[in-house]
Amino acid sequence: MEKGLFQRAQNLFRYVILIALCLVIMAPIATAVLGSIRTTGEFISTPFGLPQRGIQWQNYTDILISPMFWNSLKNSLIITIGVTALNILLGSMLAFVFSRVIFRGRGLLFNILMIGLLFPLVVAILPIFIQVRQLGLINSMFGVILPLVAFGLPGTVIILRTFFASIPGELEDAAYIDGATTFGFFRFILLPLARPALLAVATLQVIASWNEYFLPLIVLVDDSLWPLPLGIMQFQGQYGTDYARIMAYVTLLIIPAVVFYLFAEKYIVTGLTGGELKG
Amino acid sequence: MSALRFRVLPSPYEQATIDHRRRKRNKSLMIALFTLPGMTIFILFVIVPIIQSAYFSLYDWNGFGPPTDYVALGNYDRLLNHSIFQTAVANSFIIMSLSLLVQLPLAMSLALMVGRGHLRGKKLFRTILFVPYVFSEVITAIIWRSVLSPDPGALLNTVLAAVVPNFQPIGWLADRNTVVMVLFAVLTWKYFGFHMILYMAGLQGIPADLEDAARVDGATGAEVLRFITLPLLGSTIRLTIFLSVLGSFQQFVLAWVLTNQGGPANASQLIATYLYKYGIQQTKLGYGSAVAVVFFLITLAFSLGYQRLVMRQDTATGRQ
Repeated sequence: MEKGLFQRAQNLFRYVILIALCLVIMAPIATAVLGSIRTTGEFISTPFGLPQRGIQWQNYTDILISPMFWNSLKNSLIITIGVTALNILLGSMLAFVFSRVIFRGRGLLFNILMIGLLFPLVVAILPIFIQVRQLGLINSMFGVILPLVAFGLPGTVIILRTFFASIPGELEDAAYIDGATTFGFFRFILLPLARPALLAVATLQVIASWNEYFLPLIVLVDDSLWPLPLGIMQFQGQYGTDYARIMAYVTLLIIPAVVFYLFAEKYIVTGLTGGELKG
Repeated sequence: MSALRFRVLPSPYEQATIDHRRRKRNKSLMIALFTLPGMTIFILFVIVPIIQSAYFSLYDWNGFGPPTDYVALGNYDRLLNHSIFQTAVANSFIIMSLSLLVQLPLAMSLALMVGRGHLRGKKLFRTILFVPYVFSEVITAIIWRSVLSPDPGALLNTVLAAVVPNFQPIGWLADRNTVVMVLFAVLTWKYFGFHMILYMAGLQGIPADLEDAARVDGATGAEVLRFITLPLLGSTIRLTIFLSVLGSFQQFVLAWVLTNQGGPANASQLIATYLYKYGIQQTKLGYGSAVAVVFFLITLAFSLGYQRLVMRQDTATGRQ
């Protein structure tokens, strides 16, 4: 009885704190979404409140009929798909060799790759800019995709290597006895088994490359190549204090992010925890 | 009658050698095919640029043509004496310290609250608290610029006006004394869910019997936390400290957009925003390279030192 009461008080306390924090998290997002269906005047006068002059759909339609928006969306998809596909392909190949093939120089190669973990992309942004310029990749999607792949590789290899190493050697021996080549084992046995790890890595890469702003900012001069994060900054520059339209753009970018998150949540958790812990 | 052709079959011993050689050649080829593409891209875009920047940092170079104007350590001299750079480094360290002192403990307390025990709606809380992590930094900055705007109708001013009597609207991003704190608050809003998720995953790995046993033996809740739970979370805590420090140093986009390029009057400049403003925007690539090298050295000193001294026990078990 005593304990039950204490437990209940404790739970109440936890709920109060958690609900307060969720409000802090949700309130800015709610004002943005609410702002997107009201007029800018309404948005400035009060953060909450229902649309007094009807739902302002034209905040959205103005964006959705502009070719710039669709063009930025296309560019974002090119970068995201390009980075994710290349990262998974090259990363799984490296992780395979680093986890299951023994050869001279393997430790050295692996350590070189791990240098990448010490330097986040932002720290190396100016040297990358110089290198991308030397290679003639300014204003090219490859100038964005290849450095993003390069900086994503160490993390991917770490996660996949742990996973690949956990697959029993007997399985590999059995495959070879049945006549499989090394590539055959990699492609038809290892990769299918590693699906959860691959999805976790892919999910992290999708989020990172979809949101990337800094690298496209310095590499892509031509605004017809800009992905959505640059697109919304340009849009904000054009519409300045027309908050309603800007919040409509914000909402258009939030929705796919949230939907993706709800579907991929467990893979994000697996990926973030290094493939060791399941969400 | 057709001539019979005999092929001299290799003896079993010879066959084994041939197979061995062939397999060895195939193996080398396979290793090359598997490692070359990835390693080439990595070396081309990570290693080479880092090494080059040390060289370029010794030149006064605007990026046109090859660098010719050798200035030795002149760029470093100017850099270290530039008051805005000093502010930028100080701000980066403030953000880092606050992350460790405020953000991580907050994330840990929440993980302890949400991560274990029976709490209805646990999953929903977790999902909501983690949502900002998936938003792009640009979106986060734009939303928060409107929340923090000096307008009386902006979210934060409205909320405070409702709670605090005689409240006058504040321009949250306009005061050079508080702008870094405001930036930190927004960073916390976006990133504490990330650390919380890591702690929650770590907590799941702790067997409940262990804590139950301690409780049966008469340990108080605080003792269980202090002597059982936290030590068992050691590797996760060490990892989040590492990620938090590196993460603080690499803040760029959120700060750049939120504070309108490090304003007011460069008061909220961070190392990365300084690098962009004074290296790339003004195309002083030699000077910028010097900033990059200092930036590298700070990160490298921390990463290596931390991994050697603190995370050694975790690396041994294959965890990064």
